[in-house]
Amino acid sequence: MREISMERVEQIRQDIYGTITSLTMTHEQKLTAMCNHADSLMEVLDLPEGLDELLNVPIEKKCICDLNEGHAPMRPRYIVPDYGKLMRDGCEFLKLDPPKDLQEALNALLIFYKHVPSVTNYPVFIGNLDQLIEPFLEGVDDETAFKAIRLFMMHIDRTIVDSFCHADIGPKPTRAGLLIMKAEAELEDATPNLTMRYDPEITSDEFALAGVDCALHSAKPSFANHKMFSSELGENYAIASCYNGLLIGGGSYTLCRLILNHIADRADSIEQFKKETLPYVLDIMARYMDARIKFMVEESNFFEYSFLVKEGFISKERFSAMYGLVGLAECVNTLFEKEGKEGRFGHNEEANQLGVEIMDIIEAFNNAHENPYCLGTGKRFLLHAQVGLAEDICTSPGTRIPIGEEPKELIDHLRVLEKFHKYFPSGTGDIFPIDITVHNNPEYVLDIVKGSFKEGIRYLSFYRGDSDVIRVTGYLVKRSEMEKLDRGEAVLQNTTGLGLGSAKYGKILERKVR
Amino acid sequence: MAVEALVNKIIPFSSVDGPGNRTAVFLQGCNFDCRYCHNPETIHLCVSCGLCVEKCPTGALSWTDEPEDLREVRHRDGEERERGRLRPGYVRYDAAKCVLCDACIGNCPHGSSPRITHMTAEAVMKQVRRQMPYIRGITVSGGECTRQRDFLVGLFTLARAEGLDCLLDSNGTLDFSKDPELLAVTDGVMLDIKAFDAADHRLVTGHDNAMVLQNARYLASLGKLPEIRTVIVPGLFDGEESVRRTAGFLAPYLKAGAIRYKLIRYRPMGVRAQYAAHPTPDLAFMERLKRMVCEMGFTAVIA
Ligand code: SF4
Ligand code: SF4
Repeated sequence: MREISMERVEQIRQDIYGTITSLTMTHEQKLTAMCNHADSLMEVLDLPEGLDELLNVPIEKKCICDLNEGHAPMRPRYIVPDYGKLMRDGCEFLKLDPPKDLQEALNALLIFYKHVPSVTNYPVFIGNLDQLIEPFLEGVDDETAFKAIRLFMMHIDRTIVDSFCHADIGPKPTRAGLLIMKAEAELEDATPNLTMRYDPEITSDEFALAGVDCALHSAKPSFANHKMFSSELGENYAIASCYNGLLIGGGSYTLCRLILNHIADRADSIEQFKKETLPYVLDIMARYMDARIKFMVEESNFFEYSFLVKEGFISKERFSAMYGLVGLAECVNTLFEKEGKEGRFGHNEEANQLGVEIMDIIEAFNNAHENPYCLGTGKRFLLHAQVGLAEDICTSPGTRIPIGEEPKELIDHLRVLEKFHKYFPSGTGDIFPIDITVHNNPEYVLDIVKGSFKEGIRYLSFYRGDSDVIRVTGYLVKRSEMEKLDRGEAVLQNTTGLGLGSAKYGKILERKVR
Repeated sequence: MAVEALVNKIIPFSSVDGPGNRTAVFLQGCNFDCRYCHNPETIHLCVSCGLCVEKCPTGALSWTDEPEDLREVRHRDGEERERGRLRPGYVRYDAAKCVLCDACIGNCPHGSSPRITHMTAEAVMKQVRRQMPYIRGITVSGGECTRQRDFLVGLFTLARAEGLDCLLDSNGTLDFSKDPELLAVTDGVMLDIKAFDAADHRLVTGHDNAMVLQNARYLASLGKLPEIRTVIVPGLFDGEESVRRTAGFLAPYLKAGAIRYKLIRYRPMGVRAQYAAHPTPDLAFMERLKRMVCEMGFTAVIA
């Protein structure tokens, strides 16, 4: 452990005081913040040289961002338990027998969720929910089943007060899935986030259309390209947190992100960016992630004490880490401006092509970098198009085209996404607000999903242009709750605050309605 | 020489021109003159009078003396071209400079638009292909697209060869029973039934509806009538009566194929000023109509 200065201690004491006296935080939010303050006193990681000036600088200069994971990580960032095991074997530590009926199953899940940590202290994955529930619906009539599932979903929204909590349904059509969507369309709650794993050869149109209909009410589910994810991660994968593809029974140790446009600011030319500036930062971020993972696995004792590991709900063999990035659009535009070239990312073929070349460099680097603990994915990190943070200014999520600059026609927009989604097995996604007239024609959305997945698009979200629940970047918030927070009232969900930041800086309310 | 059509516009993704996602092609020119027409600029053909040229703020419109350059098509309203020109020559449209401000349309005294492109079936198909595989089909609308039926046959033949489903949107004045060639390449016709009563129909469109109804029955019996539409305009004619009689007339054919009844609420937006006085029907009334036709076996939507 390294020493820190008294000035820094004093600064953190000020921050702690701020948290204690805050008027807009709930008690749970304060506890989480206090935990982060304590962590920020630590200096235990073996940091690579050169990291400091890329990481610990004001946001407009930052080239690497660790998404506030803290200085001494005491658990993996994202944990994706094998809930199937809970259904089969119960849980000894929690004194849960294998459930025998619907009530026991839902009760076991709700209890288990309270004991799944993550970077937010709430579970980021709560199961392939319809598959978990389906066996218990045998002999239960629709009305009884619907009531139980509706209350279950409501319980999740009110107790897991963080929209990074994610449930999956599909690709097989299920009665449970239909009931979950019916409940979500009715509840219009922000949590949990929901994804339908979609494969036209497995998922029926009826099931998929129920998904579209639900999405136009509650901004969920999103659609994940099941063929693509399962070819990369195997059948046993989950979509967790925002839209992160991870292995069930494992998770992700960490997620750091490159802020590509700020890296571009350091280069004089495209050539220099590709040959020197970018590779230099890529290497430092990879070694920073190595250091974080090393501490977690070798020193934190998480894998020694957690009942999740002891009982086999997760194992080191199924873990990976996410090598993230944001701001590809602005990076390309910056480099074009430096060379006096016309054209912008998303509109100009040459600019898009430069984006592809940059992604090829990052992918090649990642394929060559080995981390001994990413055992779930061949000792490689997984690339991730990160969804952005509320405080990001002039930096678009992942490889997205900036809001306000979307191509006029949706088809031209989709043709750009096709080039980039393939790079990101641990997730990327694009979001489209849809005009209300589509209510009469949900097949319209489904046709777009079908076409997209044929063309190599990975993940799409839709919501109604005038809906209360809206998708910020990857997670969901209620417009009405943001307005409450903006008036200075405390709100239940942690993510509402992030949404408000994105509404102010990220212009999420100004997306082009399709 | 391949047949060319007068194309008003092409909408790459449309959610309102038939089931699923479709590319919609709008052709110029209509033989009806409906009072509540929402795109009156698609009714008549441009006569190159040139009045709109100086209204254009961006220079997208200009004079040209080269009709070959415009590849002027021989069309039925050819003689209209001689009416009221400012000078000899033709109005040329440059899409690249156009900002879609609609000043030209708003100032056209002939109910037309200068933003028309002459395109062959292959040229339209080229634009359709950009959307594949995101679309399940195409819909040709207008104007009245059957007035350019040779082009339709050409386009649909190409589109079907690539697996696209082909619908057309029509006012029902072409006798489909006499055009098996067109019908053979058409998956379905979406028909406007403006009014069931002949007198009402004449009031709304200026034309009789005997052919429209004959077509409706013929197409329904073949299972090629996926959708019918009626615009409900309070005060212009009895919408409830018209919808009831239309549904009753077609109900016997539902076994040949489902028919969706699209009940459209009249809205004054986009309608020519002299006809814009009618109110929008209230939703409760529309819901009643919807229930009525659903009970008769149709699927129905309110738009
Ligand atoms: S669009 Fe109208 S105003 Fe313009 S040249 Fe043609 S007929 Fe004249
Ligand atoms: S719509 Fe286009 S062509 Fe017409 S006046 Fe405006 S800019 Fe000119």
